[in-house]
Amino acid sequence: MDVLQLFVSGLANGCVYGLIALGFVLIYKATEAVNFAQGDFMMLGAFITLGLTNDQFWGLPFWLSVPIAIAAMGLFGYLIEMIVLRRMFGQSQVAIVILTIAMGFVLRFAAGLIWGNEPIALESPIAGKDVRFGGLVLGLDEIVVIAVTVISTILLYFFFNLTKLGVAMQAASQNQLAAYYMGIPVKRVHSLIWAVAGMVAAVAGILFASKGSIDPSIGLLGIKAFAAAVIGGFGSLPGALLGGIIVGLIEPFASYYIAAGYSQIMPYLLLFLILVFRPHGILAQIHRKKV
Amino acid sequence: MRTVFKTTYDADINLFRHGAQAFWYLSLLALMIVLPFFLSDFAIGEMTNVLIWAIAGMGLMILVGQTGQASLGHAAFLAIGCYANVLLQERLGLPFILSLPLAGIIAGLSGVALAIPTSKLHGIYLAIATLAVSILVDDLIVIAEPLTGGINGLLAPTIDIFGIQFDRYGTPVRFYGLILFVTVLVVLAYRNIQRSPLGRSFAAVRDSEISAQAMGVNVARTKAVAFGISTAITGLAGALMGHFAGIFNNETFTIIISIQMLLMIVIGGLGSIHGAFFGAVVIALLPQAIARVRDGIGALTGTSIAIPGMESAVFGAILILFILFEPMGIYGRWLKIRTYFELFPFYRRDMFRRQRSYLKTERMR
Amino acid sequence: MSLLEVENVTLKFGGVTAVNNVSFSVEEGEVFALVGPNGAGKSTLFNLVSRFYDPVAGDIRFAGESILKKAPHEIARLGIARTFQNIELFEQATVLQNLLVGRHRHRRGNMFSETLFTPFVRREERRHREAVEKVIDFLDLQPYREKYIAGLPYGVRKVVEMGRALAIEPRLLLLDEPASGLSVEETQDVAFWVEDIKTQMGVTVLMVEHDMHLVASVSDRVMALADGKTLAIGTAQEVQNHPKVIEAYIGVADENERVVA
Repeated sequence: MDVLQLFVSGLANGCVYGLIALGFVLIYKATEAVNFAQGDFMMLGAFITLGLTNDQFWGLPFWLSVPIAIAAMGLFGYLIEMIVLRRMFGQSQVAIVILTIAMGFVLRFAAGLIWGNEPIALESPIAGKDVRFGGLVLGLDEIVVIAVTVISTILLYFFFNLTKLGVAMQAASQNQLAAYYMGIPVKRVHSLIWAVAGMVAAVAGILFASKGSIDPSIGLLGIKAFAAAVIGGFGSLPGALLGGIIVGLIEPFASYYIAAGYSQIMPYLLLFLILVFRPHGILAQIHRKKV
Repeated sequence: MRTVFKTTYDADINLFRHGAQAFWYLSLLALMIVLPFFLSDFAIGEMTNVLIWAIAGMGLMILVGQTGQASLGHAAFLAIGCYANVLLQERLGLPFILSLPLAGIIAGLSGVALAIPTSKLHGIYLAIATLAVSILVDDLIVIAEPLTGGINGLLAPTIDIFGIQFDRYGTPVRFYGLILFVTVLVVLAYRNIQRSPLGRSFAAVRDSEISAQAMGVNVARTKAVAFGISTAITGLAGALMGHFAGIFNNETFTIIISIQMLLMIVIGGLGSIHGAFFGAVVIALLPQAIARVRDGIGALTGTSIAIPGMESAVFGAILILFILFEPMGIYGRWLKIRTYFELFPFYRRDMFRRQRSYLKTERMR
Repeated sequence: MSLLEVENVTLKFGGVTAVNNVSFSVEEGEVFALVGPNGAGKSTLFNLVSRFYDPVAGDIRFAGESILKKAPHEIARLGIARTFQNIELFEQATVLQNLLVGRHRHRRGNMFSETLFTPFVRREERRHREAVEKVIDFLDLQPYREKYIAGLPYGVRKVVEMGRALAIEPRLLLLDEPASGLSVEETQDVAFWVEDIKTQMGVTVLMVEHDMHLVASVSDRVMALADGKTLAIGTAQEVQNHPKVIEAYIGVADENERVVA
């Protein structure tokens, strides 16, 4: 019984990590940039929803705030790429990592300035309710998180494989120059990728905020999600989700079976071991330079 | 612009490029020695802090700036140096002059131990692996409570060298002098590495691993040596940081410190000793500068503002501006300004322009 | 005994056979050229000798000893130096520093003595710089000594790469398309240098080159390759007139024209 509940709550956490990781992978696949601020995008999405919904701020209906927040984060991602990242074209990955880390610092500060640094709960209709399956009691929030994640992943899958824009994005990710010659507007595609990543982050943020109170420092969750993305094999969308779920599950079980202090360690230990022992599984996309 | 007529090979080998350069750097050193006698204890403390960060920065710079290996985990080695130094003194009763170098050696060996399994990782993947290590060390400090004091932390004893006490508050000038001495030693070591085959093999690995190999450079081994030297220097800085702070725990060396160290040397300017110092000045003095500005505004408007996270945000904003507009950091900007005046009025805007390689994919190695 | 012996070497990438059972040997003191259309496996052979690739079959011997057990960085220590087709210099370093990296094989200090910069290290540095100055004189690189590679024109980079390989003081020098992308005058210089490298320095040269005029003027022997297989070995003239070579070249010439057009 305990184990099943641990499993479901771990799975729900893992879905949130997985969604953030999905944002990392989307951007990495298409533009080779690593957006270390993805966790802060998630935090911002959560706070925008909260700012629109909660009575102490704007007090809009929850179901109205959600699409507005998602759209706002999409626009935000688009603009960030257009204004900041595009200037970084041709610079090293590590420079972009450093830039996005710095961006995360600024975003966290800005969120604290607007919504305060005290933990606040999102007034969400799914928070704090239970669902019973026979003798099993599960949180409605957890069920919704898992369901929404599955739906989002399916939508993204169809977007990338069936729509013209999605295919263009894939093409741009495989070979920028060739895509450019084929008439794909690579720059705009990059901006749109960031927009999609922003929207996914907003969804992750709303789901996370539905499970408990939030403060600006939850942006640092991005580091854990980043570990998840690498564990799942940086560069594949299902992998990101899988990595997120692995991290989500390993945490509660480690503290349950080993000791409380170890739940923090396990995801990073796993990450390190994977980098050391299975670099080729992960680096499958990296080819040897031809000389 | 000075043209140096080289008449012997030693002109390229020497510590300084020409006499005037030697004069300026020695004058700077003299100033650094004399200055504390004219400053308040508070200002001496700030200067000491800058020097300690500069040592840490030089440690990271060897790895990132010289060898091109990004690390997001150097706080772990600050921590290893810091804990090793204090534990060697407290548990084994070693004197400071033994425990400090030993702390450096322990941190260095830990760095080598990290470099060996990760030698195949590049760029962003290495950064992630080191990031994981930083988080792991943070948690291990908490778990290894019997040794490290866990979240309660440890107290650093007053430094005692042959009966002479060095304490940050008790004898600030003497403490500063000790740190300055270590700083000068590290600068000399760094400079020696830069001008010897070792430094050139670092640069070779940084710029092209494949051709470094073809020149007979053992890439994996060179990376391990760079990691070892880098983390050893960082460990020294960590040990000194412990004595400077007096009390420390796992929170003193979080992943955020790792990140800040990397941001620090980027702001300062990658690849030079100057960059480490410029970056250290920014990171160590920024909180003070912000407090001054805040108090100033508070006094003008009659309000008091205190916003958590402000330092990090200002730091982040400065960094974004640098990466976008001056990727060579403060030192790069300084070189431009100096050249402008040396060549006045013949400076051209494109003198420092570097070709950017578009479409450079890092999926190929 | 030949200096370099390549014996029945085969290399496959996935299903593609890049080099198929190729054998040749390079004698001490000669200039040996590999020619052939793009994708014939010339650079792959270079990468095999440099130990960047492992052959699936065959043996490669240098001075009578198999090098297949050696790591890539040990090849330079044996006295084999190389240049790269697409120039692989150390971009953020000066010409002088690039050439000095070539001296790495002769490094005798270690990390401790160099960190302390002992008098021994200083003497070593003088020795390295003297050797490098000779290369700079030989290749007329004086005007670029202190320049960063990142700002140098293509032709100069090509020469610096050759200089860096010479700084190794090799017994065997592998030149991968030393004249590609160079002007007629620069190509002429390369021809003289290759000649001098052979006669004055006594270094054996193995090169890949498309410019048949250059190949004919400097090489003692030539091997033609196509699709990873040996077509012919002999003097430049013999190879150029070999029926198989003519067939391969005419076929490819057509293809090239189509691609260019």
